[in-house]
Amino acid sequence: MRVLRRELPGVLISVRRRQVAFYWIVLLLPIPLAIIALGLGRYAIPPRDVLQALYDYVFSSGDPDFEATIEYNLITRIRLPRIVAAMIIGANLSVTGTAFQGIFRNPLVDSNILGVTSGAGFGAALLLLLNASPVYVQVSAFFFGLVAVTMAYFISRLYYSAPLLVLTLVGILIGSFFSSLTSLLKYVADPLDSLPAITYWLLGSLTGATRSDIPLLAVMSLPGMAFMWAIRWRLNVLSLGDSEALALGLNPTRLKLLIIVFSTVMTAVAVSVAGVIGWVGLVIPHAARTLVGPDHRRLVPATITMGAAFLLVIDTLARNLWASEIPLGVFTGIVGVPLLLIILRVNKTGWQ
Amino acid sequence: MILQANALTFNYLPGQWVLQDISLSVEANSILYLLGHNGCGKTTLLEILGGLRAPKSGDVWLNGTNVHRLPAHQRARHIGMVPQMHIPVFAYNVRQVVLMGRTPYMRLFGTPGKADYEIVDHAIETVGLTALRERAYTELSGGERQLTLIARGLAQQTNVLLLDEPTAHLDPRNQRLVLETVLELAAEQDVSFVISSHNPNSALLYADHVMVMKAGRVVAFGTPLDVLTEETLSMSYDMPVDVIYNHEHVAQAIMPRRNGASFRHKQPGGALSRTEDR
Repeated sequence: MRVLRRELPGVLISVRRRQVAFYWIVLLLPIPLAIIALGLGRYAIPPRDVLQALYDYVFSSGDPDFEATIEYNLITRIRLPRIVAAMIIGANLSVTGTAFQGIFRNPLVDSNILGVTSGAGFGAALLLLLNASPVYVQVSAFFFGLVAVTMAYFISRLYYSAPLLVLTLVGILIGSFFSSLTSLLKYVADPLDSLPAITYWLLGSLTGATRSDIPLLAVMSLPGMAFMWAIRWRLNVLSLGDSEALALGLNPTRLKLLIIVFSTVMTAVAVSVAGVIGWVGLVIPHAARTLVGPDHRRLVPATITMGAAFLLVIDTLARNLWASEIPLGVFTGIVGVPLLLIILRVNKTGWQ
Repeated sequence: MILQANALTFNYLPGQWVLQDISLSVEANSILYLLGHNGCGKTTLLEILGGLRAPKSGDVWLNGTNVHRLPAHQRARHIGMVPQMHIPVFAYNVRQVVLMGRTPYMRLFGTPGKADYEIVDHAIETVGLTALRERAYTELSGGERQLTLIARGLAQQTNVLLLDEPTAHLDPRNQRLVLETVLELAAEQDVSFVISSHNPNSALLYADHVMVMKAGRVVAFGTPLDVLTEETLSMSYDMPVDVIYNHEHVAQAIMPRRNGASFRHKQPGGALSRTEDR
């Protein structure tokens, strides 16, 4: 097979063509999916009316004569915020996963490796225990997510050897530490009141995502996505390792710190809105690499849109399959793990 | 003189000197070989020459500029480093790997442009890998991988390329392929090479100059025929070494000496049957 391929460059050209084709499909994927998802729900709306409502939302809603229909209100007030939140969160988790797999040169990591999710989980559990309002829960989750990563980063600097490995190790330890604290909080929580609230939060859900969450999500996420896109070429070089990146004229330490900062903010805001949603940051980068190849120039945009599409589909299924919603974090695992197993089986172009 | 190092010293831990008083110079279009035992400081020296590490004292001059005073992207336009054993993590294709050599010429958020692709394709052609351009780097043979990395160094358009054990882990045919390519490039492309190696025979065949090191110090520096002597090599490697000369007393090959004799088949009584060889 190997010899054969050496003699047939045509096969290779088609690999490249296939990757380019997949790239464009993946880039455009969220648009039709979002239109379909907006129509789905207990009150089904055909795609045509969805488009009409979106058109009105953009062009006619300022018009004094405009009269909102039920469909219009349902779509723009209830479903659109949730769908936008799902897409931003999915994109956040998967693009940061891509960046982390690149800079840590490790296929098993995502942006949770430095403890952001465990920290955020603790922050949320703490305020849920105190019966605080959802806004404070969000703020606390975000804050403790940042605290966990900051701790991991500075503690790892106290050790001399192999900074990357130490950082990974310290990140895992800090994550476990905060998980233990969360368990402690659950243990002392009121089993009829705050315990279910904490448990439910930790399973992840977009039920609570409302219109008011969108501006915050966007402000915390879009600059990070723009940054990842801007450094897409440098991610290629960074994935060769520090000494080669240095030899090729980059400052790997500074660049990696910036990536960690942006990724942590993006992950923390995602977790603070939706709770703990695992697997997206691990599965989507692998899936995208299989489809569009390992070059981050394509991989970064592709993981943004694929992550958005993935969480959108999962959330739509979660709210439509059964009468009561399935927690999102559970669903991503149930769908994500088999998907990852399949990808690892067929994947020939991503990891070696 | 294109690259010059003066009295370099380096240590990782206080008091434990890895390099002491290393001076060397590299002429244009020449090949310098660094020989020495494991841990004698070859790789550290290459990293200092390449500006990846700052020496504790001494300096490195490249075309009249102090390498360690240059910002990283400037430095990478003047001196290139080809790493030892490349551990591929992602299956980038050959062209993508070579394109990375253009990084020092890109702006902060830039990506390679059309001119970069032309330079890269030319570099790939120069090392003879055009047919494999779209192939995954991870699927190449060791020799092809090394040539890819050399092409990346060429795409960097520097005057000096530092090669860290480029022929380690390669079979003889691939070793020859890589070194013949290096020789050609040195003659035609306006590139000088500094090569660290454990193979004194390659130095004999391909080097213009050889530096032999031992425990962080220079043992000898000069032309291969001057430096690669039994005395120097035995001293550096701390073992008996034979240099085999032709009838004009020009060194032809370098062999480690067996205990008791140079060649097994010359053993009286037929060495091959001796039980201790099994």
